[in-house]
Amino acid sequence: MMTIFGVPTQALFGQLLLGLINGSFYAILSLGLAIIFGLLNIINFAHGALYMMGAFVAWMLLTYFGLGYWWALGLAPLVVGVFGVILERVLIARLYKLDHLYGLLLTFGLALIIQGLFRNQYGVSGLPYAIPAELSGGQRLPFMFLPNYRAWVVVASLTVCIATWLVIEKTKLGAYLRAATENPTLVQAFGVNVPLFLTLTYGFGVALAGFAGVLAAPIYSVNPNMGADIIIVVFAVVVIGGMGSIIGSVITGFALGLVEGLTKVFYPEASSTVIFVIMVLVLLVKPAGLFGRTA
Amino acid sequence: MADTAALDAAPIAAALPESRDDKALQRKIFIGIAVLLVLAPFVLYPVYLMKVLCFALFALAFNLLLGYGGLLSFGHAAYFGMASYLAAYSAKAWGLTPEVAILIGTVTAALFGLLFGSLAIRRQGIYFSMITLALAQMAFFFALQAKFTGGEDGIQAVPRGNLFGAISLADDRAMYALVATVFFLGMLGIYRIIHSPFGQVLKAIRDNESRAISLGYRVNQYKLAVFVLSATLAGLAGATKAIVFQLASLTDVHWSMSGEVVLMTLVGGMGTVFGPIVGALVIVTMETYLAQFGAWVTVIQGCVFVLCVLLFREGVVGLIARILRKPL
Repeated sequence: MMTIFGVPTQALFGQLLLGLINGSFYAILSLGLAIIFGLLNIINFAHGALYMMGAFVAWMLLTYFGLGYWWALGLAPLVVGVFGVILERVLIARLYKLDHLYGLLLTFGLALIIQGLFRNQYGVSGLPYAIPAELSGGQRLPFMFLPNYRAWVVVASLTVCIATWLVIEKTKLGAYLRAATENPTLVQAFGVNVPLFLTLTYGFGVALAGFAGVLAAPIYSVNPNMGADIIIVVFAVVVIGGMGSIIGSVITGFALGLVEGLTKVFYPEASSTVIFVIMVLVLLVKPAGLFGRTA
Repeated sequence: MADTAALDAAPIAAALPESRDDKALQRKIFIGIAVLLVLAPFVLYPVYLMKVLCFALFALAFNLLLGYGGLLSFGHAAYFGMASYLAAYSAKAWGLTPEVAILIGTVTAALFGLLFGSLAIRRQGIYFSMITLALAQMAFFFALQAKFTGGEDGIQAVPRGNLFGAISLADDRAMYALVATVFFLGMLGIYRIIHSPFGQVLKAIRDNESRAISLGYRVNQYKLAVFVLSATLAGLAGATKAIVFQLASLTDVHWSMSGEVVLMTLVGGMGTVFGPIVGALVIVTMETYLAQFGAWVTVIQGCVFVLCVLLFREGVVGLIARILRKPL
C-alpha cells in the first residue's frame, strides 16, 4: 500500500475528500451569511437552523409526498427561502434602525425556536435519507475510491457559489445589490426599491442555506442539531475570511474544510478545533480577516 | 444599510447623570436585597434560591461587559464552565476546601478571560460576538476531550467540604449563607466598578469610542480590563455553582449557556444595575416550572428572546427605571 508521511494514501485522500465536502457546506453557508450581512447588516444566527430546515424539508417531501431528491433540490430551497422572506418581513425588518446586536439576538431566538420545534417533533436521533439512485456507487480512481454523490456535492456547491458570484459581480441586479450595500439611501433615491431588495436578499441567502441542507441530507443523517454545530464553525470561517468579499468567503470555506480534513489524518484530536485555532492565528496576524477590509 | 442603520439607537441608552438622590435610592435597594437574602430561605427552597443567586451573579458579570462596556460576548459559558470544572476538580481530586476550590476556579476564569479577551477585542461589533462564541466553542471541545473533565459524564459527586476547614457545607442552610455572601459581595463589587472613574471611562467608550480615543484613553486596555473582570466574576459564579450542586458538566460550557445568560440580561434590562438579578430570577423560575415540558423549554426561551427584542428591549428593570425616571 502506498503511503505519504506514513499515512496510507487511501486514508489521506479519503479525509481530504471529506474535508472538501465539509468545505462545500462552509462555503455555501458563509456565502449566504456574507450576502445577508453585506446588505442587511445582520449576522443571521438562524442560518444553521435554516440549513437544518432544508434537510428536513427534503426528508418531508420524500416521506409525506413521495417527491425524491431532485425535486427536493429545487423545492426545499424555495420553501426555506419563502420562510426567510416571511421572517424578514414580519420580524427582522423591524430592527434595521436599531443596533446590530439586536439582529443577532433576534435571529438567535429564531434559531432556538426552529431547532426546538424540530427536536420536539422528530427527536434527536436523526433520520436516514438515501442517496439518489443516479448518484449511488462510485469511481475507482488509482489512489482512492470516489463515491459519486460526494463528487456531486463538491461540483454542485462550487457551481452555486460561482453562479452567485457571477450574478453579484457581473449583472445589473448584482450592481444594484453592491450599490445598496455601499449606500442604501442613495440607491433608494435613484428609484430602486431597497426594502424589497433587503427582503429578497435575505430570502436568497437563507435559500442557499436550505440548498446546502438538501446536499447534506444524504451524507449526514437529518438531525435537528446539525445546524447548531455547523453554524459556530461557519462563524469562525467568516471571521477568518472577513465578510467583505464574496469570493473570499467561498475560498476560505473550501480551504478550511481541506485543512480540517488534513488535521483528521495527522492529528485527529485537534480536528474539531483546528478552525478555531486558525481563527486565533488570523486574529493575531491580520485582525481584519484574510479578505477583509478594515472597518 | 451601513449608514442609515446609524447610531440613532445605541444598544443601551446613555444613562442620566446620577444625583445624590439616585444613589440614596440605590443604597436602599441594596439594603432591601440584603434583607431579602436573609429572609428568603425561611420561605423558599434554598437549593432553588442558590441556583437563582449563582445565575444572577453570572448575569451581573455578563451585564458588566455588555451594559457598561458595550461588548456583546456570546461565549460567557467558557468562563462560567471552566471555572466550574476547575473548582469541582480541585475540590474532588485534590480534596481542597471549598473556598480554595472556588478561588482556583475564579482564577482559571480570569486567565481564560485574559487570553480570549485579548483576542476578541481585536475586532468590534458583530465580529466580537462571533469571535467570543468561536473561542467558547473551542473551550467546549477542550472540556469534551480533556481527561480531567470526565467527558460526557462531567465531574459528579463533588464534595461540598468544610469552609475554611471548619464549617461543614453539607447542610443547605450553611451553603446558602456562603452563596448569599458571595453573591452580595460580587454585586457590590460590580456596583463599585460601574461607579468608579474606570466605569465612567468604560461608558464613554461604549457611547463613543472614537471620541474616547481622541481624548487619549487607551480603549483597548479598558476593554480588556472589563473583559477580564467580567470573565472573573462569571467564573466566581460558575465555581460557586459547582460546589453548590456538586457537579460540573458540559452543560456549563455549552453555547446554550452563553445564550441563557444573554437572555437573563435582556429580560431584566441591559445596562441596568439590578436588571440581571431580576432576569435570572425570571428565567430560572421559568425553567424550574417548565422543566416538565422537556424540549419545549428551548422553544419558549426562543420566543422570549424574540418578544423581548421586538417589544421589550428595555427589560423589566429598564421599564421600572423609565417610569420612576431614576437610574436603577
